[in-house]
Amino acid sequence: MKQLVTLSGKGGTGKTSVTAALAHLAAQGASIVVADADVDAANLELVLQPTPVEEHAFISGSLAIVDASLCTACGRCAEVCRFEAVISDGDSYHVEPIACEGCASCFHQCPAQAIRLQPRHSGQWYRSDTPYGPLFHARLFAGQENSGKLVTLVKQQARLLALDRRAHFLLVDGPPGIGCPVISATSGADLALLVVEPTVSGIHDLQRILDTTEHFQVQSVVLINKADLNAHRAQEIASFCAARSVSLVGHVPFDVVVTEAMVQGQPVTAHADGPVTVELKRVWQKLRRRLTS
Amino acid sequence: MIVAIASGKGGTGKTTVAVNLALSLAPDPGKPASTSVHLLDCDVEEPNAALFLHPEIQQRRAVGVLVPEIDFAKCTYCGRCAEVCQYNAIAVVQQKVLFFPELCHGCGSCTLNCPEGAIRERLRASAVLERGTVGQRLSFAQGTLNVGEAMAAPVIRQLKQWAIPKRTRRALVILDAPPGTACPVVEVMSGCDMVLMVTEPTPFGLHDLRLAVQVARGEMGLPVAVVINRDGVGDRGVESFCAAEDIPVLMRIPMDRRIAEAYSDGKPMVEAIPEYHPRFRELYDRMREVAAP
Repeated sequence: MKQLVTLSGKGGTGKTSVTAALAHLAAQGASIVVADADVDAANLELVLQPTPVEEHAFISGSLAIVDASLCTACGRCAEVCRFEAVISDGDSYHVEPIACEGCASCFHQCPAQAIRLQPRHSGQWYRSDTPYGPLFHARLFAGQENSGKLVTLVKQQARLLALDRRAHFLLVDGPPGIGCPVISATSGADLALLVVEPTVSGIHDLQRILDTTEHFQVQSVVLINKADLNAHRAQEIASFCAARSVSLVGHVPFDVVVTEAMVQGQPVTAHADGPVTVELKRVWQKLRRRLTS
Repeated sequence: MIVAIASGKGGTGKTTVAVNLALSLAPDPGKPASTSVHLLDCDVEEPNAALFLHPEIQQRRAVGVLVPEIDFAKCTYCGRCAEVCQYNAIAVVQQKVLFFPELCHGCGSCTLNCPEGAIRERLRASAVLERGTVGQRLSFAQGTLNVGEAMAAPVIRQLKQWAIPKRTRRALVILDAPPGTACPVVEVMSGCDMVLMVTEPTPFGLHDLRLAVQVARGEMGLPVAVVINRDGVGDRGVESFCAAEDIPVLMRIPMDRRIAEAYSDGKPMVEAIPEYHPRFRELYDRMREVAAP
């Protein structure tokens, strides 16, 4: 079983549209499992027509709670909290759930033992069936911590099922950025597909995500999306890839069919047969060869 | 006024709105200023605003989290530090203390709990903050997370502490947020007077807008307003959602190839198409009504 992760650094370059298309194409000749590792803004479920199979709570970390009846208002909790989460109410204190990082420092320092720690229900994760294979996805509740842990959990579950079913490929749709959830999404991948658009921001962010995948020793290839938007910048990306010895696996043109497919709730390759689909088919052939060689 | 520019989904035009709003409101050189304008790029994983503004950086500092440093002359290997650490960043095995710096949130609980007073703290740098000006007209600051580092939120917190002016009554402070809805986004929104959501009228845009509104308005109680970018693509979902949720749509930026091309070359929209100057000033007037009705 080979694991491919789609990343980009910059958001909105087309990671999810590309991953959905690859899932559709890969499923035609192989058995696959898909994982959506963007747990704070999961979108793959909008284009893979999932039917829910399982739902589970994601319990992670803890939240400090002050018992006002025991609180002596000494202020020690607010003094030790480095996250500005403890707020004075005059004769007592309370913890702002959204700011609390669950470090338990206040819990240990409270001389009146008025603080308890409560396990935190921070999200839900799901297994669904799709026409292309099982999909693992999740929703981190608004503003929660530990997105990296939830990504790890979703991927772990997807991987176990993929191994169990002897699936050929595990496709992981990554989040934007280079931080905690990206690191979790990248770990264990056999190959990273970096989707970039030909803009100064796209190029800047490509460098940082490539530095990140190299730091974690995951091989990368690059796909230019909306390649015809700026031919000069697309050429700059090609030169950058050559200089860094990274393969460029395709140039997907800008086409409104991508948005139309999204509105229809379908992978673009299942929706239209135009130049975008032709190029993505070529890209998948290359990726498949690379993953299985 | 302090405003966060957020979106949920990546690549919807947060940086475009932040940069052009700043440039349109910044006073002309030599003229008396009624408003001072400050732009903070809080997308520390992939900061892009500087690519459009070319700021002159005058100050630079390394920031990070305070991590424990153990004085082995005093340490008795009692294991209390590992016991209180909620992030598994310390392990004590027989006569050894293992520390995993990338897991440390810098809460300081180990230091406070060590019975021997054997722990001191030192700064472990994980990012660089920079601050400067754009043509004497506007103040600029950004944070850049080092490659391989996981935690963006503490960097954002320190960027805001460092670069937001103490008095903001006659200032406009624009915070360009990262995509998503997890802890880094909450860190940006915290303390703001309003959140301006930049979205695109597509199913992905709507899905993530809904989540971002839940964080800003639902969890944090902040007034929100929307800018629809690439108006004309996709469907009517975002418009219906805003109407149903009573969220004002303050500006619509049409799908326009000239805007996309200027963006791809790192050129601010108001420089490529000067007609947008008054439109961004109008946006600001409407934002003020939303922030202080």
